[in-house]
Amino acid sequence: MLMTRSTRAAGLLGGIAIAAAALFASLMFGHIPVSVADLYRSVVAYNPGDLEQLVIRSERLPRTLIALAVGAGLAVAGVLMQALTRNPLASPGILGINAGALFLVVVGASLFGLTAPTQLIWLAFAGSGLAAMLVYFLGHEPGRGISPIRTVLAGVALTALFMSFSQGLLILNQERFESMLFWIAGSVSGRSLEAVAPLLPLIAGGLVFSLLLGRQLNLLGLDDEVTQGLGLNVAQIRLLTGLMVIVLAGTSVAIAGMIGFVGLIVPHIARGLLGTDHRWLIPGAAVIGGALLMGSDTLARLLIPPREVPIGVVTALMGTPLFLHLARRVGQSS
Amino acid sequence: MSKTLVLRGPADRWSVRIQPAVLWVCLGLAGLLCLSALVSLSLGTYPTTVPQIIQALSGSEDLSGIRLILLEIRLPRILMAILAGGALGLAGLLLQGLVQNPLASPDVVGITSGASAAAVFTLWITGSAGGTPLLVPAAIGGALVVTVLLVMLSWRGGVSPTRLVLIGVGLAAGLSAVTTLILVVSPDATAMSAYIWLTGSLYAARWNDVFGLAPVVMGGLAVAIAVARHLDLHALGTDLALALGSSVNRQRLVHLLLAVLLAGGAVAYAGALGFIGLLAPHMARRIIRTGHVGLTVISALLGCLILLWADLAGRVMFIPRDLPAGLFVAGVGAPFFVFLLYRLRRQS
Repeated sequence: MLMTRSTRAAGLLGGIAIAAAALFASLMFGHIPVSVADLYRSVVAYNPGDLEQLVIRSERLPRTLIALAVGAGLAVAGVLMQALTRNPLASPGILGINAGALFLVVVGASLFGLTAPTQLIWLAFAGSGLAAMLVYFLGHEPGRGISPIRTVLAGVALTALFMSFSQGLLILNQERFESMLFWIAGSVSGRSLEAVAPLLPLIAGGLVFSLLLGRQLNLLGLDDEVTQGLGLNVAQIRLLTGLMVIVLAGTSVAIAGMIGFVGLIVPHIARGLLGTDHRWLIPGAAVIGGALLMGSDTLARLLIPPREVPIGVVTALMGTPLFLHLARRVGQSS
Repeated sequence: MSKTLVLRGPADRWSVRIQPAVLWVCLGLAGLLCLSALVSLSLGTYPTTVPQIIQALSGSEDLSGIRLILLEIRLPRILMAILAGGALGLAGLLLQGLVQNPLASPDVVGITSGASAAAVFTLWITGSAGGTPLLVPAAIGGALVVTVLLVMLSWRGGVSPTRLVLIGVGLAAGLSAVTTLILVVSPDATAMSAYIWLTGSLYAARWNDVFGLAPVVMGGLAVAIAVARHLDLHALGTDLALALGSSVNRQRLVHLLLAVLLAGGAVAYAGALGFIGLLAPHMARRIIRTGHVGLTVISALLGCLILLWADLAGRVMFIPRDLPAGLFVAGVGAPFFVFLLYRLRRQS
């Protein structure tokens, strides 16, 4: 773990370098081979007639940027949730926040024929907000705070509930089955940059606001009495943090569907690297989350060409061992 | 002390203790099951009346069309619902008794996911859109592998129930990713049929399937009743059960294997049906408080009833569409799970 300010800054810079490498790889590698010269020309002198440049600009660039934004959003949402619940297993995927957003998005898409992310975003917010309230209500033991195992179980139950309703809607609308399946599994492809552009500021705003909450989040780890004694309005901070989780996770789901485990893995990596200070942890998680999702997306493209693995599957396969490791630890202490 | 009926095996290798009240509840539920089966037999896309059914089944020549529908389509499906529902209800009760956690059930701890992943993998390898004879051993094998993994991962000088459930949740998530991966790489026709199978559907049930699952469920039920007294002891806590002479670890192994066999078999024939294993034991506990012999039988019967009604709803509510029963089970089961969490919160 990097402790001093300068080593932490170096660690963060290293993370940015890795993210830049992932960005480069995500633009370079895929079914159609492109050269570095093509990449350079597509940025400085874009020629839509050239196939390689067209692929880079219209196909790879949108998904790379979406992966970056969604990865950063989910990772920071995970950090916030782990701070809020003091539970190392918390993440938007495991606690059912993503499933809640997905359910209302599927309702909007299949029953009302909504497709534009700008319309679906409000449904996604409503869904993730609903799930967050339910999970908090069910996981909270009066007088004893939030029980880690109970929150996880509540999340599992809510995920099962929302997913079974979504599946029912899917089976009723078999015509749109394939596109919807890809959504349930999570995907950053198949969206134009114009369609998601209005949502990217939401993620950026959420990230900046979360960073501003960093100092207060550090204090949330202490006992409630201590925090109040230090002059912090605990309820207000919790509410704001919860709102940020809803904004970040809801926007991510409205853009890319269910991508699990990013919000679980990344905070742990970032904490291992940068320590527990949220003023460092949040930017670190954003950078690493973006890098992870861009890398996973590149991997998802290369694994079984010409088909693609849903990116949510790649992240789940990476995240499951970590979850199992953490579950062994949590089960031990409780 | 009320009268009890006790059946004993040679040298007390097994004994079954039943209270008359429990016996009446069982008979009542069995009657309800027969009635429901009759209702389900008479409803469908092609409506039939009860007198017609009796005539057709007694061999009337002019009703041979109805006879065909009843015997080849509806009856196997109804029997399959009864068998699979019973198996899942029983598996849920065994798991809940085993880990002393009211939230355990084959789907929560990942056993169902293991069976599904193995079954979908088999469908993909054999490239078939429908069933293959390998499906059943594959599903049971998958369930077994996941259970072994589950116990190994949560073993730290003993299995703590909390850890078991958490590890199971993780395994279920990972396995569902594997299942999705296989669905995406397999051809569209296989993927769609596998997907419908995954939500739990009985629409393809044939007599062969019924004859395949029946021995598993019947045998499982018999063994479960015979070992039910150990669950009564385990409910008192590990220490007390050991002191009272139960070979706790061996019995736990028996219960676990039985649950895996029942859940794996049900999933292999009827698809990944969730929540029955959770719902049935809880409803059973509301009807009678204690006594695992009674709970075993009642859980199984309630499981049968739940799946039978869910399948009936899927069959007749959206004619001409035939919706998977799993949707209706989940639609009732998931809110119940949430309610259960809420109640547990109030208790502690």
